[in-house]
Amino acid sequence: MAAPSAALRRRRRPPSIRWGRVAGWAVLVLIMAATLFPFYWMLRTSFSNTRSLAFGAADLLPVDFTLGAYRRVLGLSTTAEAVAEGGSSGTVDFWRYLRNSVVVATTLTVGQVFFSSMAAYAFARLRWPGRDAVFMLFLTALMVPPIFTTLPNFVMIKELGLLNTYLGIVLPGLLMTPFAVFFLRQFFLGVNAGLEEAARIDGAGHVRIFFRIILPVSKGPITTLAILTYITSWNDYFWPLLVGKDENVRVLTVALGIFRSQTPQGSPDWAGLMAATLFAALPMIILFALLSRRIIDSIGYTGVK
Amino acid sequence: MTSETVHAAPRPTREDASRGAHPPPLRRLGDLPVAVMFVLPAAVGFAAFYLWPALRGLYLSLTKYNVLTPPRFVGLENYERILGDHLFWNALKVTAEYVMINIGAQTVISVLLAVLMHRLTRSLVVRGVVLLPFLVANVVVALVWFWMLDYQLGVVNHALDWLGLDRVAFFGDSALAIPTIAMVNTWRHIGYTALLIFAGLQMIPRSVYEAAALDGASEWRTFWRITLPLLRPVMALVLVLTVIGSFQVFDTVAVTTGGGPINATRVIYFYIYDLAFNRFNFGYAAALSSVLFVLLAGIAYLQLRLSRTGESDLKGA
Repeated sequence: MAAPSAALRRRRRPPSIRWGRVAGWAVLVLIMAATLFPFYWMLRTSFSNTRSLAFGAADLLPVDFTLGAYRRVLGLSTTAEAVAEGGSSGTVDFWRYLRNSVVVATTLTVGQVFFSSMAAYAFARLRWPGRDAVFMLFLTALMVPPIFTTLPNFVMIKELGLLNTYLGIVLPGLLMTPFAVFFLRQFFLGVNAGLEEAARIDGAGHVRIFFRIILPVSKGPITTLAILTYITSWNDYFWPLLVGKDENVRVLTVALGIFRSQTPQGSPDWAGLMAATLFAALPMIILFALLSRRIIDSIGYTGVK
Repeated sequence: MTSETVHAAPRPTREDASRGAHPPPLRRLGDLPVAVMFVLPAAVGFAAFYLWPALRGLYLSLTKYNVLTPPRFVGLENYERILGDHLFWNALKVTAEYVMINIGAQTVISVLLAVLMHRLTRSLVVRGVVLLPFLVANVVVALVWFWMLDYQLGVVNHALDWLGLDRVAFFGDSALAIPTIAMVNTWRHIGYTALLIFAGLQMIPRSVYEAAALDGASEWRTFWRITLPLLRPVMALVLVLTVIGSFQVFDTVAVTTGGGPINATRVIYFYIYDLAFNRFNFGYAAALSSVLFVLLAGIAYLQLRLSRTGESDLKGA
């Protein structure tokens, strides 16, 4: 019954639809190419020799292939070697900045997700006077643009003597963000009350219920939040720029900015810059490759609820 | 599994009923002691890094403060100064121009991309590829494009050469610097925005499209008459989020033009940063942050009002 009618419909208006699909695919492929090309160009340039780039600016393959840019960026080459390939004489050590980024993003993610989930549990599953009022107060903070609190926070971190320390970089986000609390509360509200009640009958307290039931049951949303938090803190530039310029705590984004400002104005070390840029982006690209489905699925419900 | 459900099912109802009927006096505090323990770390974080700085920021906006010596109260002087500060008005103008180009381009391309993905493929690879730029830092994106758009060696200018066109100083020309930065950030955000819209498209029931197809409506007509109107609530939310985010552009400017040429890209975030950290004028910077706060709240409110976000056209159908 269905087959002939479908065939009939297809016969009635054949080529227009199919051409539409071809055109649609063409646009889609074009957008994907425009998305991927800069990543390829970053890779291609990072394996080039800066001094030779001018002679093959439009070559699709690395110009005068060398690993020199990576050696410069990772602090492995001597000044003479660096200058010979168009680098600057200043030394940089992106391994160290990578370590700093890992320390900052990991601490921030673990602290923020854990403490926010504790608070979310109290807002979602416990009954106490003033609960809704406190929650509303937390929510108002979602509407404040970051810069409004950033300047006074800088003053506070300075007064605490925490400028250029890991603690100073992570502290403002370590204990909560309004979004994390809000996001987790939504999920905790939906946890089956029967599970909780059964545990209580077995004599479990709230702490046990939180660790043994709520956290394991909400593993999915908590992991999603943790991934998003990790990416956000890894990519953050403004706050670490204010409080963590010192080499000992400098994260990758800040290091890239400084590397760019140090490179000679007239003849920038493009290969070095692109090697550093790719090095800074690579951990997120790998993370994405491993967890793409979860990250892609998370976009729908974190952005628009 | 089964035993759990059997045991647990009747319990909550009995509990709730007894609580609802006669609340025992001792229960009024509920789980307060435990709740305090659970909320305490977050509450400290909220008080110390959201509430207190917000109040302090308001106070600082009424002072002259250079961070090194204690703030000196000056009343509304900073706010009066804003009126005559042509750099502030320039920053506002430049930022508005950035937002319009960025949001305009981003929204059109994202809707196109979302509809294409929705009509053509469910492929995770396609969605992954378009999301990729969003996962790397603004600073990374800025530097890659800074290189590709370089006047001398950039691949884009070489392509223009090859096409027989004149080279363009994308970041160096004061008329082009803002559109260039807007397009760079558009490139980073289209995949993300498209996925938000894509999620909205999936909420439109298939039956609506089937009905349109039965009536012989073309793809084009279906898009304008059905998809776009039904997408309105999602689009409104996406626009509120992206517009507010767009106003806060900083990273790209900081690592490419540094506010130049002259003041062509001195966007409002960069101006505030510059005032506070290069000219140590914290009081005035705090006043500008307050103004920005009010401005953003006003824009968000207007957008929500104009777009009737809460309502959906699906309910009537």
